[in-house]
Amino acid sequence: MNKILIIAEHDGKTLSPSTAKCVSCAAAFGGDIDIAVLGQGTGDVAAQAASIAGVHAVIQIDAAHLEAPLSVNHANEIVALASGYSHLLGPSSTYGKDLMPRVAALLGANQVSDIMEVMGPYQMKRPVYAGNAIVNVTAPEDVTLVGTVRVASWPAASEGGGAEIRQAEPAAGPCTDSAWIGLESGGGERPDLQTAGIVVSGGRALGSKENFELIYALADQLGAGVGASRAAVDAGYVPNDMQVGQTGKIIAPDVYFAIGISGAIQHITGIKDAGTIVAINKDPDAPIFEIADIGLVGDLFNIVPELKSQLG
Amino acid sequence: MNYTAPEREIMEYDVVVVGAGPAGLACALRLKQKREDLMVAVIEKGAEIGAHILSGAVIEPGPLNDLLPDWRDNPPPVCVDVTGDELWYLKKAGRTRLPTPPQQNNHGNVIVSLGALCQWLATHAENAGVDIFPGFAAADVRYREDGGVGGVIIGDMGVGIDGEPKDTYVQGIEIHAQVTVLAEGCRGHLSKRLIQKFKLDADSDPQTYGIGMKELWQLPEGRVQPGKVQHTMGWPLDKDIYGGSFIYHLDNDRLAIGFVCGLDYADPDFVPFEAFQQLKHHPMIRELLEGGEIVSSGARAITEGGYQSLPRVEMPGAVLIGDAAGTLNVPKIKGTHQAMKCGMVAADHIAEADAADGFDQCLRDSEVVAELHKVRNIRPGFQKGMWKGLVTAAIETLTGGRLKRTLTNHADHSALRRASEFEAPDRGWVERDLPPRDRLASVYFAATEHDEDQPIHLQITEPEVCTTRCGIEYGHPCTRFCPANVYEMVEETDGLRLQINASNCVHCKTCDIKDPYQVINWVTPEGASGPNYQNM
Amino acid sequence: MKILVGIKRVVDYNVRIRVKSDGSGIETDGVKMSINPFDEIALEEALRTKEAGKADEVIVFSAGDDACQQQLRTGLAMGADRAVQIQCDQPLQPLTAARAMLALAQREEAGLVILGKQAIDDDNNQTPQMLAALWGRPQATFASSVDLQDGKARVVREVDAGLETIEVNLPAVISVDLRLNEPRFVKLPEIMKAKRKPLEVIGLEELGVSVENNLAVSDYTPPPTRSKGIVVDDTGQLVSELKNRGLI
Repeated sequence: MNKILIIAEHDGKTLSPSTAKCVSCAAAFGGDIDIAVLGQGTGDVAAQAASIAGVHAVIQIDAAHLEAPLSVNHANEIVALASGYSHLLGPSSTYGKDLMPRVAALLGANQVSDIMEVMGPYQMKRPVYAGNAIVNVTAPEDVTLVGTVRVASWPAASEGGGAEIRQAEPAAGPCTDSAWIGLESGGGERPDLQTAGIVVSGGRALGSKENFELIYALADQLGAGVGASRAAVDAGYVPNDMQVGQTGKIIAPDVYFAIGISGAIQHITGIKDAGTIVAINKDPDAPIFEIADIGLVGDLFNIVPELKSQLG
Repeated sequence: MNYTAPEREIMEYDVVVVGAGPAGLACALRLKQKREDLMVAVIEKGAEIGAHILSGAVIEPGPLNDLLPDWRDNPPPVCVDVTGDELWYLKKAGRTRLPTPPQQNNHGNVIVSLGALCQWLATHAENAGVDIFPGFAAADVRYREDGGVGGVIIGDMGVGIDGEPKDTYVQGIEIHAQVTVLAEGCRGHLSKRLIQKFKLDADSDPQTYGIGMKELWQLPEGRVQPGKVQHTMGWPLDKDIYGGSFIYHLDNDRLAIGFVCGLDYADPDFVPFEAFQQLKHHPMIRELLEGGEIVSSGARAITEGGYQSLPRVEMPGAVLIGDAAGTLNVPKIKGTHQAMKCGMVAADHIAEADAADGFDQCLRDSEVVAELHKVRNIRPGFQKGMWKGLVTAAIETLTGGRLKRTLTNHADHSALRRASEFEAPDRGWVERDLPPRDRLASVYFAATEHDEDQPIHLQITEPEVCTTRCGIEYGHPCTRFCPANVYEMVEETDGLRLQINASNCVHCKTCDIKDPYQVINWVTPEGASGPNYQNM
Repeated sequence: MKILVGIKRVVDYNVRIRVKSDGSGIETDGVKMSINPFDEIALEEALRTKEAGKADEVIVFSAGDDACQQQLRTGLAMGADRAVQIQCDQPLQPLTAARAMLALAQREEAGLVILGKQAIDDDNNQTPQMLAALWGRPQATFASSVDLQDGKARVVREVDAGLETIEVNLPAVISVDLRLNEPRFVKLPEIMKAKRKPLEVIGLEELGVSVENNLAVSDYTPPPTRSKGIVVDDTGQLVSELKNRGLI
């Protein structure tokens, strides 16, 4: 039977929602699910992990050198825990992406990145070519399967579990070749277009650089990143690094607002992995409506301020 | 002035060829075959060889036999022997088979991807010692002290839209050469400049052009009949617009479909792109394409003026070859063999004379011009409509062009009639459902790319003309003749504004040709910009 | 100090990806191939480090058949001193690739290996981390700024929570993110010079590495297409719809 260990992601106090999504993926593999919580003073985090439904045990390793999310130190602990587990899973966040391949290499295993669907204990689907193709991956059964879970593809497992929390001693000391200096959160500033959970994009229908302020204002209210269509970039309303699409950035936010964007295929290429696409456009025949999950036909200059006040 | 730009770096060659198309590559390869000691460079603005090449293409293999006698042992990647010819006259729903005119008999010819062929030819040229530089655009002419052409200046890279250098700025170098070979293809921007400067067209008719659009399709298994060549005339074109389509059946369930129409059309509201898309919905073609997938698409202007429009092809220090000169044979619907032969004639001449001087006579004495002379009256015969054109074509074909008459050509931009003077006939065009949905979607399949932060390479010399005279008289035809949706009139609070979506440009040059006021000047963008055609 | 930079030949980022009808892979016929964009950034960083006097030599390497020499030559034209082609006729999965890189890093006694954070074909994002693990050296992934000083690298990393700074002792592996720098254009005369720079070809087995591609990858399919959703009448409905779906 599968025995799966999930590596929890947290900031010392709160468990990241990505962990509960990993649990859903683990449940799809089937078998016993444990969660490892590495850090210092992570009592709250361990308790949160234990409350996820379907979790068998939480293994908490507390040590000063594990407080910072340095993968050199974390990897050693996971490798020490690995024996007896058939699957090791982490989220495909920057933390999981940094850590899991290091673990895999130390175990002599290949890794399966961005698992989006599970078809069997060693059979998965994952995206390649920036999501332009999906492949089946079959991993060998005699090696520990190390994987990262594409969090956007999985719902969070529900709460209501009551797993046992076990303490464990760290297996290794701190690595003296790496030092964690600090974290500067993006606080205050607008979130990055490529990692933002919500993105608000404007198109040429905005008509001017000044009118683009409407988009910024709505984005700030939603805590969203801001993007633009190529036409808006070409018209000089916004700089090129805000361009979303084939020749700009390819993004996959949970919610994407396309405002005054007709939805040329070049643009749609950049958002095809978005969770929910909301389109606001005055042309009911605009191609964006063919792929939008929620469409609203009308004049953006009326709709956007209205939307902003209703969200406020 | 306090600031002096640093001296440009210089590379010396005996011959520099501008453009890695069939003419330029054949010329470069032939030069090395004749004179191994010559240093030959080829400059190509496309990111890769073939990236900017778009053609049918059914080609006559004659020049390949001369250039690379064993070529069939190791043929270019896409190469299918023609198995049969069909010519159809289309009506909206029906069709009639016409006899294939002798010029269009393709027995012994091959269907290729000209882009793939150029890549293959470039490998041969490199192996022969030619230095080929894709991704570099010849942006300007370098003149010698005596005023003759002495090479080219490569465009600067990393210049912002405001004209100021960015962090990545790299100054372009000068390539000095004894002889500069302009092989830019139809309406090359340096060729255009030099034809004007040296008045090379003083004794010839104006050049005339057509716009060609093409899509490469991947079709469901078994539908394609490899080697089959089909051409159509008639619907969806009016009888007074010269043009038609080509449908070439390749291998591996691939099909090339294209549409060419003369740029001497009169209707200011005519949209060539739409005509092509309409054609695809004719029952005969639609049933072929349905369920298939577009692999690549694009557009390119071609020269149609032929013999009477051929300019003087030499100037001090430089020659024009291929479609940069205008050697395409319209009635044959073929330019590649002419372009290659022309390049080879130039190479033979340069290898012997070490100079451009004398090439014009040399070309006029060659079979390249003889071939153009024979068919010189066929294309101009169509200025009076399709039926009269067909009669002229029949007479000229029967007499082999020996009648002592030469019909004249007129500049395409002057053919456009004012909106108030022209009423378009009912063309019976249909609702479309095959891809691409519109021009933007088509550009997507061209994979065209330009860094947005660079000077706009479509220069409008008199911007006020667009919103005033041209708007009133012709209703902004640039928004319609451009197949890539580069030009848009945008309504703003203070009136209409011309929006140039330069990054959509597929480098076809139609705007430079057809704009009625000739205020659009196409210049080359940063090297490696533009379409990235796949097997076109 | 020597810096090793990995370069992978991949389908150009601008090419529209088409899945082969038999699902065996993606169409590469007539398709433009380029240096993986992240690897270009890695090379740029290495070149700047050398130009700042902090490294003596920049070596580019690639694993692949002879076609990858084209990308190595481009790397040389950008300014790398020499190139190594690790000859293999099939694509290597990350663990094997990391083992080959380790052998090369040890042979060259590299002080720093700079790699792209991921290749835009398989999107694995594994090899740099695996190399660091096998080498027993620290890693600094997703770098958006690198500062080398006294045998250490201070690296700012682009992480989900913001910008994280870590310091690692060399030798180390750095993987680079998009914002680290903007790679230079190749100058035309450098292409000619690059033709004369050394390009060594070495077999995988000569590095003591055997291919262990034990993940079976099959059944390429295009991603599901999106379909039309609902149309709401006004902003009120839009807001309640977003709330019902738990999106805001």
